[in-house]
Amino acid sequence: MASSLATLQVGELEMSYLDTAPARGSVADRLRDALPKLVLSPTVAIVAVFVYGFIAFTLYLSFTDSRILPSFGWVGWQNYENLFRIRAWDTAVSNLVIFGVLYIAVCCALGLLLAILLDQRIRAEGFIRTVYLYPMALSFIVTGVAWKWFLDPGIGLQAVVQGWGWTGFEFNWIKDRNMAIYTIVIAAVWQTSGFVMAMFLAGLRGIDSEMLKAAQIDGASTFALYRRIVIPQLRPAFMSAFVVLAHMAIKSYDLVIALTGGGPGTATELPATFMYSYTFTRNQMGIGAASAVIMLMTIAAIIVPYLWSELREKKA
Amino acid sequence: MSTAPDTPDTRAIAPAALSGTHKTSGLGLRPARILLYVLLVFFCLYYLLPLYVMVVNSLKPLGEITAGGMMALPKDWTLAPWGSAWSSAQVGVEATGLRPYFLNSIIMVVPAVACSTLVGALNGYVLTKWTFKGATILFGLLLFGCFIPFQMVLIPMARMLGLMGLAGSVPGLIFVHFVYGIGFSTLYFRNYYAAFPTELVKAAQIDGAGFFRIFWRILLPSSGPIAVVCVIWQFTNIWNDFLFGASFSDFDSQPMTVALNNLVQSSTGVKEYNVHFAGAIMAALPTLLVYIVAGRYFVRGLMAGSVKG
Repeated sequence: MASSLATLQVGELEMSYLDTAPARGSVADRLRDALPKLVLSPTVAIVAVFVYGFIAFTLYLSFTDSRILPSFGWVGWQNYENLFRIRAWDTAVSNLVIFGVLYIAVCCALGLLLAILLDQRIRAEGFIRTVYLYPMALSFIVTGVAWKWFLDPGIGLQAVVQGWGWTGFEFNWIKDRNMAIYTIVIAAVWQTSGFVMAMFLAGLRGIDSEMLKAAQIDGASTFALYRRIVIPQLRPAFMSAFVVLAHMAIKSYDLVIALTGGGPGTATELPATFMYSYTFTRNQMGIGAASAVIMLMTIAAIIVPYLWSELREKKA
Repeated sequence: MSTAPDTPDTRAIAPAALSGTHKTSGLGLRPARILLYVLLVFFCLYYLLPLYVMVVNSLKPLGEITAGGMMALPKDWTLAPWGSAWSSAQVGVEATGLRPYFLNSIIMVVPAVACSTLVGALNGYVLTKWTFKGATILFGLLLFGCFIPFQMVLIPMARMLGLMGLAGSVPGLIFVHFVYGIGFSTLYFRNYYAAFPTELVKAAQIDGAGFFRIFWRILLPSSGPIAVVCVIWQFTNIWNDFLFGASFSDFDSQPMTVALNNLVQSSTGVKEYNVHFAGAIMAALPTLLVYIVAGRYFVRGLMAGSVKG
């Protein structure tokens, strides 16, 4: 399911440095003063071990000769060199570029369009919004199963349209090595575009209506109004949507497994499926670890600047 | 119910002005307005199509699907695919249906959601009302943990679960989901409590209330809305998880998503599409119900969060 950075954007954070009562030195007092930190400490320990410790461990493994089990023979950059020589990795990376670009672009375009349509003071907005958003509640496995059979040329869309009389109709992308990756885009866009719509709708509702009225009195056309005033003001929503979608694209795993299983052949392999198969079924743990490190670096390049700016803004 | 002036109407002024229709009274629909509704209905159909396909095909005999009738309503309505998916379909090696895996998912989700939400609430409380030097950095580090590709932790986690004696078990999955659920629940509660008046906390402190007393008596009672958002979020994420389920479970501890995938991918015998669709709806039902019953609050919370930014 989608992860929400939307909620991350909380402005006007008032940092409160509560003065704890002056320490009187007794054990009870000191315990009381330390209590907040004590409460937080299990989380700190968990994050230190299970996030950063594990990252360090996998990073280390990527420089070792680990195969079926972790092993600690240092091999330097060998795994990375091998990784970039493996054709499946090449496929996975170029698929990710195709998938990522299309997924983000189509989701943003569709999300923006739907948000603008919904923002025209329409009837039954609540119902329509629910319909646009519900796919977000589903597992990618469910989405994958539904689209897998719907796109299957033998029983799905192609068979149905042929049955209606257009016997020349063909739609077999899911079985076509060159087109299968686009079926992943279709299913993924279906699942997440409603969520992007919600983010843009929230942005639209936050726009100052006085300014719009003024512009309209000045005779601006609806189109100009959107292009010049509304859409530029949606920048924060675009940023959040981009970060959420980019990180989901890089992590995409379930949908590929359910929809195509990475096939036909390796036609829809993505870095996440590559990592899993090299680590757990091909017993090339070192190479699997190296591919995971590259995934992490890619996500970090997107997330870290974003988190940095978000958290700094709050402090200022 | 609040008695505040009608906010939806005031904020709708701008859009109404944009579309140029100040009053849309029944008959006077302009062409632009008609086009708008045509588009809205078209997209409704687009989003509902896969759901329609799943529901309709789960209620018809296999023969009707393979004969090219996927889009048609069942000629011969039947609940047999549902029965089969639930209790007798071949999942992996055994013909148990999806029932045991559905139960696994429930046993997994409930404690994982409860624990991560409670810990998140406490963390959010500390991080906003008892802040200390470095709290923001700590929070940043915690947040980054929400977004890492979990491929990065699969190998060490498999080892760790082995060391803890939790490998291939439902408690192991509960633990994993709890650990990686804390980040988001802390995020939600921190943002929510940040807007909570600190004066109230200070006043209670002057009155002699301690750390936990303030939490139980003052913050928690007003945490309803964010608790709902957090529970929905964690529930859908954990229920829908596939990667951890596939990596850390054995045949008898698989969650629903993994079992569904096994059911659909199993290559033995005839592909029973109608059973697959019934199984897919079963896997979707809990999160869909949560979304339909409580989704309004979730969207509202989500929007409140991003409007502020």
